[in-house]
Amino acid sequence: MSALIECRNLTKCYQNGVPAVLDMNLTIESGHIYGLLGPNGSGKTTLIKMINGLLIPTAGEVLIEGNKPGVESRKIISYLPERTYLDAQNKVSDMIAFFEDFYEDFKPDRAWEMLENLGINREARLKTLSKGTREKIQLILVMSREAKLFILDEPIAGVDPAARDYIIRTIITNYNPEASVMICTHLISDIENILDDVIFLKQGKVVLKAQVDEIREKAGKTVDQYFREVFAC
Amino acid sequence: MTWNLKEDRPIYVQIVETLRMRIVSGVYPPGSRIPSVRELAAEAGVNPNTMQRALADLERMELISTQRTTGKTVTEDESRILSLKESIAEEETKIYFVKMGELGFDHRQIADFVKKAADGENNEIGGYTLMGGE
Repeated sequence: MSALIECRNLTKCYQNGVPAVLDMNLTIESGHIYGLLGPNGSGKTTLIKMINGLLIPTAGEVLIEGNKPGVESRKIISYLPERTYLDAQNKVSDMIAFFEDFYEDFKPDRAWEMLENLGINREARLKTLSKGTREKIQLILVMSREAKLFILDEPIAGVDPAARDYIIRTIITNYNPEASVMICTHLISDIENILDDVIFLKQGKVVLKAQVDEIREKAGKTVDQYFREVFAC
Repeated sequence: MTWNLKEDRPIYVQIVETLRMRIVSGVYPPGSRIPSVRELAAEAGVNPNTMQRALADLERMELISTQRTTGKTVTEDESRILSLKESIAEEETKIYFVKMGELGFDHRQIADFVKKAADGENNEIGGYTLMGGE
């Protein structure tokens, strides 16, 4: 398996001088589903933003298939940010057209199918829809690309449990076996069955990278229980 | 035999157990084709790699085999399925004995409980009439 993402001594300090990500070395490979887990302020979103080229590292580097973040990396990474960026004035169908226009690898048929399965009206304006429904639409758009890496920052937090199951099934069935998914969430027990590996972050550092079944075998605990133990306050 | 994968044991081990039960109970009859890795992974809500690992385990136990044209099929060797069924029964019996032991019963008393249940004296448990009771 080749490295999709390579972080080398990656560091990001904000203006207050406290490092959000500190001297991080991390490799993300093809064909895996990763859970990026850690308490609030452990550096998860900072790391994701550097991978997506939205933040510039203070030191070190992040390479996507050997290149720095840029036009090429955006073609292969499909990113769901923690906050929605869709214009509330638009209709659902406008957003599909927008994504189709913007990304070569966007598959509108896939998006329509998921919207229909979740009972979302394609002519509705986003501002008339609930927060959870808007989150579902955003996720559907992101998952309808043929990307090599999907980075999902809190994809299920605002979504009801039944739709969560649907979304999780969608993630499993839709992604190409060569692609990787990185899911950042606090709802560990909802997603741990679909993960290959988990990455625990603490104070900007990777404190654990292991397979889910390895943790269950060694610790005799679910990842959720193990997380509560490692990060007990 | 729905998927109940919440326990703190490795997920693939629990998947193997569920699939084993489906084979011995005839949900997947001998010689039949089982669903694809992806179908099973989606049904169980697990990662396809984990499902693949579980199926590889079943293949090692020669309970399923991969056919070039039809995908994965259950073994036609019914004696193998029968012996699996017996070993599951032994495991379950052991678990029962351990639990009853924790309640403080010795083997003779436990055997009495089993006999009573089989004779139908105890055929109502938890409001359900046990199958085979009077």
